[in-house]
Amino acid sequence: MAVARHLSFVVVILTTIIGFCTEIVNCNNGRRGDIVESDLAGMSVPIEHSFEVDDVPRFRLRGTVQVKPGRENVVSFSQMSLSDEDRSLLKDVAAVDGLYRVRVPRLSLQADRETDRQPDGHLSAFVRACSLVESHLSDVITLHTDVSGYLIGVSIVTVPGACQGAEVEDEVDLEVFNTTISIMPPVNAPSPETALYIERMEQEMDKKGKPQEQKSFFAKYWMYIVPLVLFLMMSGAQDQSGGGAGGGATSGGGR
Amino acid sequence: CGSWSSAAMGWLLAKIFISLYLIIFVVAVFEDQVGKFDWRQQFVGEVRFALFDINSQASKKLLVATEKNIFASLNSRTGDLFWRHVDKTGPEGHIDMLLLYGQDALVVVGNGRILRSWETTIGGLNWETVLDTGSFQSAAFIGVQDQVKYVAVLKKSTISLHYISNGHQKWVENLPESDTVQYQIVYSGGSGQVLLLGVVPNSHIVMVEYKIEDGEIMKQKSVAAPWLTSLQSSCVVVGSGVLLCVDPMTQSMYTLLLQSEEQPKMSQILLQTLGLEVASGFQPVLISTQPHPTRPPLPEFFLQLGPDHHILLQFKDGLISPLRDFNPSHLVTFATTGEKTVAAVMTPKNDTACSINLYTADTGRRLLDTTIIYYMDPNGGRPTRLYVHAFLKKDDSVGYRVLVQNEDLVLSFLQQPGRVVWTREEALADVVTMEMVDLPLTGTQAELEGEFGKKADGLLAMVLKRLSSQLIVLQAWLGHLWKLFYDARKPRSQVKNDVTIETLSRDEFNLQKMMVMVTASGKLFGIDSKSGTILWKQYLENVKPNSVFKLMVQRTTAHFPHPPQCTLLIKDKDTGLGSLNVFNPIFGKKSHISVPALPRPVLQSLLLPLMDQDYAKVLLLVDDQYKVTAFPSTKNVLQQLQETASSIFFYLVDSSQGRLSGFHLRKDLSTELIWEVVIPTEMQKIVGVKGKRANEHVHSQGRVMGDRSVLYKYLNPNLLAVVTESTDSHQERSFVGIFLIDGVTGRIVHEAVQRKARGPVHFVHSENWVVYVYWNTKSRRNEFSVLELFEGMELYNSTVFSSLDRPHPPQVLQQSYIFPSPISTLEATLTEKGITSRHLLVGLPSGAILSLPKMFLDPRRPEVASEQSREENLIPYSPEIPIRTEWFINYNQTVSRVKGIYTAPSGLESTCLVVAYGLDIYQTRVYPSKQFDVLKDDYDYVLISSVLLGLFFATMISKRLAEVKLLNRAWR
Repeated sequence: MAVARHLSFVVVILTTIIGFCTEIVNCNNGRRGDIVESDLAGMSVPIEHSFEVDDVPRFRLRGTVQVKPGRENVVSFSQMSLSDEDRSLLKDVAAVDGLYRVRVPRLSLQADRETDRQPDGHLSAFVRACSLVESHLSDVITLHTDVSGYLIGVSIVTVPGACQGAEVEDEVDLEVFNTTISIMPPVNAPSPETALYIERMEQEMDKKGKPQEQKSFFAKYWMYIVPLVLFLMMSGAQDQSGGGAGGGATSGGGR
Repeated sequence: CGSWSSAAMGWLLAKIFISLYLIIFVVAVFEDQVGKFDWRQQFVGEVRFALFDINSQASKKLLVATEKNIFASLNSRTGDLFWRHVDKTGPEGHIDMLLLYGQDALVVVGNGRILRSWETTIGGLNWETVLDTGSFQSAAFIGVQDQVKYVAVLKKSTISLHYISNGHQKWVENLPESDTVQYQIVYSGGSGQVLLLGVVPNSHIVMVEYKIEDGEIMKQKSVAAPWLTSLQSSCVVVGSGVLLCVDPMTQSMYTLLLQSEEQPKMSQILLQTLGLEVASGFQPVLISTQPHPTRPPLPEFFLQLGPDHHILLQFKDGLISPLRDFNPSHLVTFATTGEKTVAAVMTPKNDTACSINLYTADTGRRLLDTTIIYYMDPNGGRPTRLYVHAFLKKDDSVGYRVLVQNEDLVLSFLQQPGRVVWTREEALADVVTMEMVDLPLTGTQAELEGEFGKKADGLLAMVLKRLSSQLIVLQAWLGHLWKLFYDARKPRSQVKNDVTIETLSRDEFNLQKMMVMVTASGKLFGIDSKSGTILWKQYLENVKPNSVFKLMVQRTTAHFPHPPQCTLLIKDKDTGLGSLNVFNPIFGKKSHISVPALPRPVLQSLLLPLMDQDYAKVLLLVDDQYKVTAFPSTKNVLQQLQETASSIFFYLVDSSQGRLSGFHLRKDLSTELIWEVVIPTEMQKIVGVKGKRANEHVHSQGRVMGDRSVLYKYLNPNLLAVVTESTDSHQERSFVGIFLIDGVTGRIVHEAVQRKARGPVHFVHSENWVVYVYWNTKSRRNEFSVLELFEGMELYNSTVFSSLDRPHPPQVLQQSYIFPSPISTLEATLTEKGITSRHLLVGLPSGAILSLPKMFLDPRRPEVASEQSREENLIPYSPEIPIRTEWFINYNQTVSRVKGIYTAPSGLESTCLVVAYGLDIYQTRVYPSKQFDVLKDDYDYVLISSVLLGLFFATMISKRLAEVKLLNRAWR
């Protein structure tokens, strides 16, 4: 088996967006964004694959994904095992560091959409054939949809993903795919969490503010005020009784 | 204090913590630092109207109204701005007309939406009136008995008269038959009538006279003119009420007496009878002048017969007589001072110079000693506009100054006999893209460096060469010391600090760089980043407006003796056809390297890290048939491309179809499609795609958590951030989509939808995070959102990153925050090694540039501060991001209409160079983690060295004393 060359650096350079054409097409389906419950028997998405020594894609059916209608996007994947011919072909492709490609048609996963729209074109992805061979046909396929449940992309990775040139016994390992398949709708991005923050701030205020509010000025500082008042009262009483004595003392000092 | 776990205590601590952080982030400028590391230049754009204050010779006022919707006053002695008013962009702020009367300037804005009066000395607004709807046609002062009291505004279907003093409307009238008649000229000869001229194309001219007091129609006449389509383009009023039109078809002029009592008739005068002929295919133009609104226009006028041919004519007693023929002549204009009106004519002298002369308007006689020679920049464009400020000298002769605007938007102000008083580069008001290039080393440094690049000549020769170059370095150093010593004795103001292209050299910390700026008009500039001096400029002719520019640095200055090389790809937006311009970014010289012809539209251009034998990076251009052209395309390059073809991937974005596709380069340089992602355009459209910057360094692979474990960042250099906006703009259903897509495998790494959000979306993609700003339609506010990607607690493959071998999807964390201001642009700071913490530079519509610590945009900010989060320096979450005035890096130097911010690393890790451009250009430095690698300005060298010396001597003395003591003890 050829020693797989490490793709140590991969180059993608920044964008040149080709003509920001703002083609606005009105979509008059009012139910966008919601996954519609349907009584129909669910959708099926054919997954095709291609691996050729000359690297000209010739897609064949690999299996079909059955999408159960409902909120959970439960999927089941039925696929055939590789024939002897395909197995040797895959090994040959891996030997020349060819690509293993998959593709799915562009369609909507919502059952009611499918009837009025025929798929136009395909979405494709690839892995290196050698990594598929070396991972013993264990791959993870993810179908990505947009907010309305329309397929926008497919991705395939093998676990592990590296090509290390390990020898593979074709009889045992290259017969059945060990596939994990999932459908990924977009994640809702969070909004600023104001409610929680305000709640917390209020709690904070409550904890801090309550004891202070209950206490009045007098209640807070009575320990200073009472002695002061007492002192003033005492000194006032002394003034009345001992005023003459004080004056006497000073005059006495002057003498 | 044992109650650490108490929540109240925690909060208190958190607050202390926040305030501590804020203290750390206080990075304001000190007063004495203003202008030390930063500069700003203000521009006005392409001039549409320019008026001089003709009342006095000493006046320095020059009023300009520009295509950028700016009304400004320039100091005609220095070219500096006295004041400037920046109106709204687009047609809403478009300046339709500028009229000057005395100290007041009247401006009609926004296709006749608003009429404003400005006080021109200080630029204050006298008054403003909102006019009735209708598209603007013309405006003129109405003079009554040597007084100008009113201004008339003519619209498509109405005419209104306003007082100049307060803007109040005197009257407004609907125009008769305005659906068929196109009224285009409003005329007042100063005798108190308001005369409107309209035309029904190819049929007749309509004249309507209004009474000035109440807008009553006095007279209404029509004259057949089947050859006429537009009054504005082919007719003027000359003399006392004579309409003069020119018809290129019959090669003749028509005159019409407007004031005659009997049924008026157009009389035809064949140009042939005057001995004139219009250049073939040229639409002749008439230029007349009305020196004062209370008096009728002059009977003299110019007729332009060809692009470079004008003739001065006079209309007298129903006859037209030529006064003087100017062939060739680029530009002509009239100017008036006092009672004298002169005609200024610019005639070509030779390839590089033009001469401007004055002629008396009434006779066409040349005035002596009035020649100004105007030298044209060989790298510039032709003059396109001429404005003359004439004044009477003490001996009653006419003196003048001229303002010339060129194709490349250079404004030059000239004085007799040809001295250029000032120039302004108004092309810089519209910078499209820029790069910063390191300056070259000094000659001696280059000499040293060059030694390594050359082939070995033998041992002895090498030794000698080394010795000689070391000697040169020593000599240069001594010279430098001497200069320092010499300069130190001079007062600071006398030390010359001129920057010229010859003295350019890299400074110690690479803080001074060359800014290469590309402007929309196709003019390139090389600007010194330290002072803002324009060091070179180059005008690229034949650049179509609306072109797309992409500037790439193919070879930096690091490869002496090879000169640095920049490549500008100019792409026509309509046809997609591109062309390459290769130049030296330091000297601005056009390179002689042959560029590949690009016969097909260019879809994508990518600069590879591969280099040819001359250290130029390889540029790949992909055309619409997915064929690849390499530049440079030497054998060496092609061989390297073949070897590395299997690891070269690129992607294309077609936003009109929502299609992103990935391609792979084959050994024979053909390409193959390997992945495809299609985002249906019915729901959303792609508004932006951004990868990471190629020169970005990330110092730390992960973040150390509170418990000393490491959270590794997902650092995928090929990751693309794709932002979409929903086509449905209803506030409940609109959304903004964010897709993170691997550019090599096409794998959608993350897909998120921000509901109830709308654009315009600004976003930054760097390191392992994406920050975007959107408008929340529900809460009606601007919000920031940050996405951070982590691999988890362990790295999948720590030695090398390959998009083809990362099977596990990253963990994505996201948080959003309220931002209390709209924003214009967003960029992140960039430093040499990526050790310094990052800041976001936010350009606000107010003109301020905010340096926002990235720390505030961290999705790991905890709801409640815990021991661990404190350990990690995480600020507890608060939904609003504060705007602190000390974060404004440009203090009061606002940058109007900021369009882009460019950041570049400097040689100092702490320092990032920032250039903000829009209408103005502002350059500064920012220190996101303060200047940790620089000693402060006021660092006390004397103290530290005296302490050191003191300690040294103390040690010596005490050592000596100890020795003596030991000796004494030994003797005892």
